Amino acid sequence: MPDLLIELFSEEIPARMQTRAAEDLKKRMTDGLVEAGLTYAGAVAFSTPRRLTLALEGVLAQSPTLREERKGPRVDAPEKAIEGFLRGAGLTRDQLEIRDEKKGQVYFATIEKAGRPAADIIAEVLDATVRNFPWPKSMRWGSGSLRWVRPLHSIICILTDDLGTTVVPLDIDGIKAGNTTAGHRFMAPTTFEVSGFEDYASKLKRAYVVLDPQERADAIWQDAQNQAFASGMDVVEDNALLAEVAGLVEWPVVLMGRIDDAFLDLPPEVLQTSMKEHQKFFSVKNPKTGRIEKFITVANRETKDTGATILAGNQKVLFARLSDAKFFWENDLRIAKGQGLSVWTNTLANVTFHNKLGSQKQRIDRIAALATALAPAVGADPELASQAALVAKADLSSEMVYEFPELQGLMGRYYAQAADLPHEVATACEAHYSPLGPSDDVPTDPVSVAVALADKLDTLTGFWAIDEKPTGSKDPFALRRAALGIIRLLSENSVRMSLKTAIAQAYPGADADDLLGFFHDRLKVYLRDQGIRHDVIDACLVMENNDDLTLLITRAKALSDFLATDDGTNLVQGYKRANNIVTQAEQKDGVEYSFGADAKFAESDVEKTLFAALDAQAPKIEASMKSEDFGAAMIGMAYLRAPIDAFFEGVQVNSDNQVVRRNRLNLLSRIRQICLLVADLSKIEG
Amino acid sequence: MAVEKPKSFQEIILRLQAYWAQKGCAIMQPYDMEVGAGTFHPATTLRALGGKSWAAAYVQPSRRPTDGRYGENPNRLQHYYQYQVLIKPSPPNLQELYLGSLEAIGIDMDLHDIRFVEDDWESPTLGAWGLGWEVWCDGMEVSQFTYFQQVGGHDCHPVSGELTYGLERLAMYVLGVDHVMDMPYNDPQTLIPLTYGDVFKQTEEEYARWNFDVANTDVLLRHFEEAEAECDAILEQEHIDPKTGKRIIMAHPAYDQCIKASHMFNLLDARGVISVTERQAYIGRVRALAKKCADAFVLTEAGGHGL
Repeated sequence: MPDLLIELFSEEIPARMQTRAAEDLKKRMTDGLVEAGLTYAGAVAFSTPRRLTLALEGVLAQSPTLREERKGPRVDAPEKAIEGFLRGAGLTRDQLEIRDEKKGQVYFATIEKAGRPAADIIAEVLDATVRNFPWPKSMRWGSGSLRWVRPLHSIICILTDDLGTTVVPLDIDGIKAGNTTAGHRFMAPTTFEVSGFEDYASKLKRAYVVLDPQERADAIWQDAQNQAFASGMDVVEDNALLAEVAGLVEWPVVLMGRIDDAFLDLPPEVLQTSMKEHQKFFSVKNPKTGRIEKFITVANRETKDTGATILAGNQKVLFARLSDAKFFWENDLRIAKGQGLSVWTNTLANVTFHNKLGSQKQRIDRIAALATALAPAVGADPELASQAALVAKADLSSEMVYEFPELQGLMGRYYAQAADLPHEVATACEAHYSPLGPSDDVPTDPVSVAVALADKLDTLTGFWAIDEKPTGSKDPFALRRAALGIIRLLSENSVRMSLKTAIAQAYPGADADDLLGFFHDRLKVYLRDQGIRHDVIDACLVMENNDDLTLLITRAKALSDFLATDDGTNLVQGYKRANNIVTQAEQKDGVEYSFGADAKFAESDVEKTLFAALDAQAPKIEASMKSEDFGAAMIGMAYLRAPIDAFFEGVQVNSDNQVVRRNRLNLLSRIRQICLLVADLSKIEG
Repeated sequence: MAVEKPKSFQEIILRLQAYWAQKGCAIMQPYDMEVGAGTFHPATTLRALGGKSWAAAYVQPSRRPTDGRYGENPNRLQHYYQYQVLIKPSPPNLQELYLGSLEAIGIDMDLHDIRFVEDDWESPTLGAWGLGWEVWCDGMEVSQFTYFQQVGGHDCHPVSGELTYGLERLAMYVLGVDHVMDMPYNDPQTLIPLTYGDVFKQTEEEYARWNFDVANTDVLLRHFEEAEAECDAILEQEHIDPKTGKRIIMAHPAYDQCIKASHMFNLLDARGVISVTERQAYIGRVRALAKKCADAFVLTEAGGHGL
């Protein structure tokens, strides 16, 4: 069975797209081939900046012949029906077979679909794959109409077996498939022929191209570590950068250079960000000083001066970049120390946050007022909270954050420290943005918590007020993330507060109920991820104080735990049964059975036992609920399960004796009332 | 085969001119209006539209008022030069042609590390975008390389290949100069050697002061609106000129007004009187003009009408 080699050779493919593209090539080709009946034994795909490569092992030489049998009309059917059948099958009458069936003689057709040579199928599938390739962005070039990520120059498409190599005949928009490719753009640009995958990979290596991106990444990382180690340092790990750099070179050459002493006092994050963002350098740390003192750059070639010119050039660019960063840092520090961070906050009066929600300064003032109001509930000093909120976004006016927006918050912390602000304030400058995602750490310092809550609540109430709510997949202002942030800030810090009150404080006149509904939806998603069913949450949502999210979560967790026990599930059944009977009787009798159950009318032992159990547990459950000890309340509930089960087992509620019947209904109503102290169990499914 | 190193800023420009002339480009002169980048020259913006083949190269003085630093920053200027090449349809060997131009200005391909790093180009004011790269030489961005996909809202058919060299930065790199003002403008061995600073330091100061603090914003705003109105008025004219009876669509004069509006916007921006939200609105207004001019140009002969 032959092996297949495909190479799509183009101008430089963006690094971030290469891995996915190699996978897509493999998937689309193999899916298409298999669908056409052409199976294979193994497939591997690779990418470099200039090529996507797919190698298939053990491809069928041709697709198998397919036979299909079709039942036709009866022999004595009208002529038209028989002609129609022949047309559909593409046969003549003498090719049909007559079989005896129960209803008489019937025509049968056997249609044979001959297998097709592999080359024909491959050409078709590759043509379709290239034309419909799922690039995130594609383009046209020259006068052609073909789309590819960048101009596509040549295609290798060859089948190799014991007899030799054949080119699959294929022409896509004037690009004819062949058996040639080129090596490294600068080190080995001449084209050469290949006879199969192994020949291809080894010739490429001789032509200064490492085909496998993982091999390039490994080589880069290994060499970078070796060089750093040799001077007693460590490379700062960055897998995203490593993958990107491996996608920028076909022949990686690792070079290490020194960062000029003038820049060693810059915060390490600034050095790292500047080097990574602008130049795709790795940072190299000196473990003795804890500082970043060197950098690693990866060139795409060897040179006769062993990279000296390249390194010098890179070093020069770095010098200019870091001069900029140092300039920003020193200017910013001068302002932070001299005038203080509030100068920056004030200039934010000229920056629009949103045209309907005012300037950044107005927003900050709102956040400060709200943080002050929320401070007592989170155990923060209101004055510190206000002070922190007023400077927490000041760094947005700093030159460093203008240049590197991703350093917002972090720079604020540095500048607040430089301005000798209290450490809680400095911490809040950085921490108040958190949590950004579901796995991001939640701030714990009370001042940070107050500012973070105020920031997110202001955003939510503001966008709610101007009717910019998230719809479907659209959430341009990340309001879902803000709501989740608030949920986590409250719950993970066990903060107790009425969210409705807080919403009203953030935005008097806000539609608090609507926004609370949004929080409840986010809460369901959040708790579902923690394994708590939506019906459990529904059962808790209808309870009082449902805008105290910490309480709500505690309740839902306790109920969820309880429902995981035997007692829990059975009690729910008992509750539902009691509730159904009482509700039906109430409808039928037109009265409400709510109180007055008396043990003296109890006839049987099970009835008496239930009275005793309710008398014993009701006050305990009530007391536990008052003290919000949900766990204890659930234990109390668990004690009710056996008496309730026994009651339904042994007692007929609808006694002929009306006094006894009424007493029993009132008894069931007590069960309902006690359970309703905890949650609305009728919402529980199953 | 290393080419001898150039000695001055102007020698680099002259070598680029000679190189692209030799490769068949029409060497155009700079457009005689204030523009933000070489792309604004009608030889690029308008000529990238329509089915007619085109090959042009030129130097374009470019103005970015917000980048003024009174001549003190080593590589930021409010007035600088771009070298621009536009070839339509983009030839299959455009990358090789481009690399040849780097060799022509003395960059030894055997010693340097040249990389094509993804950088998609978009001009919101021109309603234009394309895919391509920024070209790195030893980590330094030396050019933009773009395959135009759309200009003025029109799909480009055929596609133009555009090369843009930031001349000062490129020259500083080739000449090994750290501050733009120290760069030799002409041959340092000549009778009257001049540096870039001798030629431009004073003008950078003058314009920075004017751009940032003095330009009359009321006047700028009025100019913006007048240019916008004039552009519309030009394009509303009948295609048949009543005087000559000829079909004359005035795409270029209208486009001049678009350029003017764009520059007025840049100046207003530098004066800091445009808020973030207004910014988008102004850009949208300039883009609307650029689109109308593109609509008009494709109806002209140079725009491929009647092909």
